[in-house]
Amino acid sequence: MPESILRFENVTVAFDGNPAIEELSFEIFKGEARIIVGASGSGKTVILKTALGLLRPDSGRVFLFGEDITGRKEQQLFDIRARAGMLFQEGALFDSLTIEENVAYPLVNQKMVKCPPGEVRPRVERALSFVELGHTLDKFPSELSGGMRRRVGIARANITQPDLVLYDSPTAGLDPITANNIMSLIVKERDLRHATTIIVTQRFQDGQIMAQYRYNPDTDFLERVQGQTEGIGFLVMKEGRLVFEGSAKQLREATDPYISKFVLRH
Amino acid sequence: MLDLLKPPVLTIQEFVFLTGRAFRSISRRPHYPKDVILQMDIIGVGSLPIVLLTGFFSGIVMALQMSKALQTYGAVNQTGPIVAITLVRELGPVLTALVCAGRNSAGIASELGSMKVTEQIDAMRALGTDPIQKLVKPRVIAAAVMLPCLTAISDFVGMLGGYIIATALLHQTTAEYWNASYRILEYSDITQGLVKPFVYAFIISLVGCFYGLRTRGGTQGVGLATTQAVVAASVWIFVLNALMTKIFVSI
Ligand SMILES: Nc1ncnc2c1ncn2[C@@H]1O[C@H](COP(=O)(O)OP(=O)(O)O)[C@@H](O)[C@H]1O
Ligand SMILES: [Mg+2]
Repeated sequence: MPESILRFENVTVAFDGNPAIEELSFEIFKGEARIIVGASGSGKTVILKTALGLLRPDSGRVFLFGEDITGRKEQQLFDIRARAGMLFQEGALFDSLTIEENVAYPLVNQKMVKCPPGEVRPRVERALSFVELGHTLDKFPSELSGGMRRRVGIARANITQPDLVLYDSPTAGLDPITANNIMSLIVKERDLRHATTIIVTQRFQDGQIMAQYRYNPDTDFLERVQGQTEGIGFLVMKEGRLVFEGSAKQLREATDPYISKFVLRH
Repeated sequence: MLDLLKPPVLTIQEFVFLTGRAFRSISRRPHYPKDVILQMDIIGVGSLPIVLLTGFFSGIVMALQMSKALQTYGAVNQTGPIVAITLVRELGPVLTALVCAGRNSAGIASELGSMKVTEQIDAMRALGTDPIQKLVKPRVIAAAVMLPCLTAISDFVGMLGGYIIATALLHQTTAEYWNASYRILEYSDITQGLVKPFVYAFIISLVGCFYGLRTRGGTQGVGLATTQAVVAASVWIFVLNALMTKIFVSI
């Protein structure tokens, strides 16, 4: 039995009585990936935030790393959150901190992460050069482009080597080339550490890149692989409800117009 | 009727909840001294120019108005004491608090509001820091320390304004003015004059944080939060001032 990383059991999250996600259930195991697609406002961001205990379910239960986090107080969530990384929609970098301080933030502030002070800067430098931004340490987020901020966010989400990484719309609003660069970084991060990954996206290709490419550390390139799509699942959200769960193949064969829209768009 | 009352009651309940969490956070680690110093600089030093200006000119205006009124009783030499008492007991604390509400509640609400709508607050929580601890606590401590200081400074420059009028227009001597002012002030006046700003400091910082942290809906929401913070802080300052004055007058 593989280790359960995240499980939702009939989770409903509502704002002022309007459910943003309704009766949602799914589970993801160690080393797997999930791609969540759905129209804007369908509750994708809410799923990710609920997974980390940033939002509280009105009903249902959430299990993170096998632990029930449903009713936990804020102070009791920090240790378990330290085992997960998250890229927020627009990066959510701290405006008042430099890029170096932003990426170092989880290392310095998470009690669970034991990082000697002398180690912080080398690790930040390594993480930033991994996303090809080694020269930006002393800049502020406002001095970077949208794609660069997204890459800094990826570095920050992965610096503590978390077991689970959540990416909220990593390619939204970017040109196709930059978007593909971002996706290859995400695949690299996934394959180097075998991290469990959940991606929210509007682009079906992002899911295909996740499913069809592997990072080869020897050549430092992504390689196309055939027929190795197990463990990679798609979730389609519509107005807070899960309307599809299955593989890329099943998604391509779906006949529902709303669901197939996410396949045919490109 | 009940439906009309529900939103404000819920808001107050949420505010009380935030206040409780903020007070509990004060003794809890971590403390973020750098943020406290930074906020003291922003709230204290940053507000100084406007506090000096309002204090000085209200002193001048008070002296002018009072001397005119006192003239009818032939008691122009009482201008100094009256300016001193009014400033220390009422005008100094209230004016300073209102100026700081306009400047700092608004500043806090818009800063935290922008952080909220760009998900920086969520990111902070996801990355191991409690926003109450890291954002609210330093602002509350900084305001509680700086507001009494600002008020004392405002009182002093107000009396200085009164002094300039008294010597330049009312032909009093320096000694007359300051002696009379000094003699009239009692310890209870000073206490009242410093307890009030201490209380307003919590209103200014907590109301700013409260509206900032509950900001919704993008840039527009930040503007709304800022306005609401200034209005709410000002109203509460007036209400609490009336209440505290009543208490201080009775004892
Ligand atoms: N903090 C919030 N307050 C009120 N409503 C919210 C909040 N966050 C999300 N919602 C609502 O929940 C629904 C789902 O939002 P979201 O998960 O952000 O959608 P998306 O799929 O585009 O990421 C939307 O209708 C949104 O208005
Ligand atoms: Mg979203």
